[in-house]
Amino acid sequence: MAEVATEGRAARRASARPAAGGPAKARGSHTLRTRLVEVAFVVPAVVYLVLFFGYPVVKNIVMGFQAYTTKTFFTGEAPWVGLENYRNVFGDAIFNRSVVNTLLFTAGSIAGQFVLGMAIALFFHKRFALSGVLRSLILLPWLIPMIAGTAVWRWILDTDNGALNRILSALPGVDVSPNWLTSTSLALVAVIGVNIWLGIPFNMTILYGGLQEIPEELYEAGALDGATGWRAFRHITWPMLRPVVTVVLVLGVVYTLKVLDVILGLTNGGPANSTQTISTFSYDTSFRQFDFGAGAALGNILIVISLVFAVVYLRLNRRAIDE
Amino acid sequence: MRAGLAALLALPLALSACGGGSGGGTTSGASDTLRVLDYYNSDPNATLWKTAIENCGKTIGMKIDREAVPGETLIQKVLQQSSSKTLPDVLMLDNPDVQQIAASGALAPLDDLGIDATGVADGVIKASTYEGKLYALQPVTNTIALFYNKKIFEAAGLTPPTTWDELKTTAAKLTQGDKYGFAMSNINTYEGTWQFLPFMWSNGGDEKDINTPETAAALQLVKDLLDQKSLSQSTVTWSQADVADQFAAGNAAMMINGPWNFGTLDAVEGLEYGIVPIPAPTAGGTVVSPFGGEAWTIPQTGDEAKQKKAAELVTCLNSDDNEVTISVGTGTVPTKPALASQVTAKNPNLEAFASQVPDLRARTGELGPEWPDAATKIYTAVQNALVGGMTPEAALAQAQNG
Repeated sequence: MAEVATEGRAARRASARPAAGGPAKARGSHTLRTRLVEVAFVVPAVVYLVLFFGYPVVKNIVMGFQAYTTKTFFTGEAPWVGLENYRNVFGDAIFNRSVVNTLLFTAGSIAGQFVLGMAIALFFHKRFALSGVLRSLILLPWLIPMIAGTAVWRWILDTDNGALNRILSALPGVDVSPNWLTSTSLALVAVIGVNIWLGIPFNMTILYGGLQEIPEELYEAGALDGATGWRAFRHITWPMLRPVVTVVLVLGVVYTLKVLDVILGLTNGGPANSTQTISTFSYDTSFRQFDFGAGAALGNILIVISLVFAVVYLRLNRRAIDE
Repeated sequence: MRAGLAALLALPLALSACGGGSGGGTTSGASDTLRVLDYYNSDPNATLWKTAIENCGKTIGMKIDREAVPGETLIQKVLQQSSSKTLPDVLMLDNPDVQQIAASGALAPLDDLGIDATGVADGVIKASTYEGKLYALQPVTNTIALFYNKKIFEAAGLTPPTTWDELKTTAAKLTQGDKYGFAMSNINTYEGTWQFLPFMWSNGGDEKDINTPETAAALQLVKDLLDQKSLSQSTVTWSQADVADQFAAGNAAMMINGPWNFGTLDAVEGLEYGIVPIPAPTAGGTVVSPFGGEAWTIPQTGDEAKQKKAAELVTCLNSDDNEVTISVGTGTVPTKPALASQVTAKNPNLEAFASQVPDLRARTGELGPEWPDAATKIYTAVQNALVGGMTPEAALAQAQNG
């Protein structure tokens, strides 16, 4: 505390001094000082960004052009191989599979999360007894550690002893026991389903916030003109909510593209690569096969795809501000 | 506050200390302390190895600074320490990783340090050898065998199968309702490959080229077991621990698994199990299985005096007495076949594993550091054939040709 006080006095003395000099000189040093202060405020953010975002991204891009293996860690040598990592990746049948899976996974997850999140947000928009408590319960998937969550889902979706198939078999007239996680046709569906469960809280929370912002008078005025129910949603809620919807969708896409833990926990990309996405393939290449160069190349491809959506988001955002 | 500031000031020093030492200098502490790194972090391994390492430290007159990390983080830790030149004096590695780390240049050849591997089974030595030089010494090992539920077999009046045909018929007879006759792991990790290898190798298959009729026949066997519903389709997501759980719960009458499950199985009330070798392709055939277990290595720290002491520690850890003590305590078998009888006398359950030691085959024996690539091909082909709608031949051809 004492030090701060001393510094404060010194600063005041320092700022008092230029007043004694000529007016022009005072203004000059004043603006310089202001600039310095401004820079000083920016420096921590810039250092942070360069250190924790700039460096890893640049390192990853460079690594994509190197033969970066376990040997590199000891010798420090990572020979430059040009586009070889990319050629190998593009020539790999699993890569093509993972691109298709990434698209299906992202599209399916976003569609499910958004529709269900929107439905639940609209449901809770109408206040009723215990709605606050129920709404906070919907957030639970967010609070559960993903490893625990996927372990429970694996048990629920197990073919022979899983809760879901036990319930199905108890239903009258139903005689199926689907191989949720072990058939190549259903595994991706199951993984998307779990990811939807995980994404609903995010969608619901943001959309619910957006709904709260829409003035009640609009609905009252609309009701006078006969716009209720679906028509009120179509002509009042949806247009008013559009900026929020854009944010939810674009952020959702970027988050979903890079999902790793859900898939690793449920299927580990299997069976027979049927749930392999670019991110799980990249993880596997880098951290199981220790081919860090090819893994980085895959990571870079994913970054570029995410970047496209980030740019879309920024442009839409700017347009919203301009409006 | 003051301490925090001091730490901040010390940070650049610490950073430069890490960055320096291009010649492989070490940041090991005092000259009378050996740093040891392993992944024995759960009992019974944790306690037994702690005692063994500390006792050996006393024998050779060195203090021990041991760190035990979770198994799956060991390689990452080793890579970090490689790049910051802070490798420990003695390092434990899972045996299929030894050659890959040796190839990176991080390990010291043990021949030069006067370490002698006399009496150790050939397969084990092969895994520890890279380009003609010995880089590791492995005291104990384990492998997989066929576990069977004695009560279920007695009730059905059956005996454990010894050939592939018997395995299929026995498994079919024991499959009733939601109880399966057979369980094994065909997961899409190296664990799945490890479980498939005894079938592949015993039939004459080879990892250099998996697109062969021998390997296809082995894969056909597993596919037959799945198709006749003696094996749950969940086999493609089960880890070996999941397989043990299924067997322990009575959901499977037989399983392929290893002795590290004794603890889990013995804790189950009323479960009586027997262990026999994995069935051979035909009667009287030799079963060739891969082996597990960890080997002790000496990293290139640049400190020759300490490396000599480290060699003494590794020799002590691989002494006959220690191999027997650790084997009995952890349900493993000694890598020196001559010691087997001392261990099986104390734990008869280990007999089926000990008898395999002379024939055990190293996963890295042929391909060395290239093994992970082949292992990935094998589990990919297995999964494609089991649930991916491909024939074993087509799946193996696709995996082999990339």
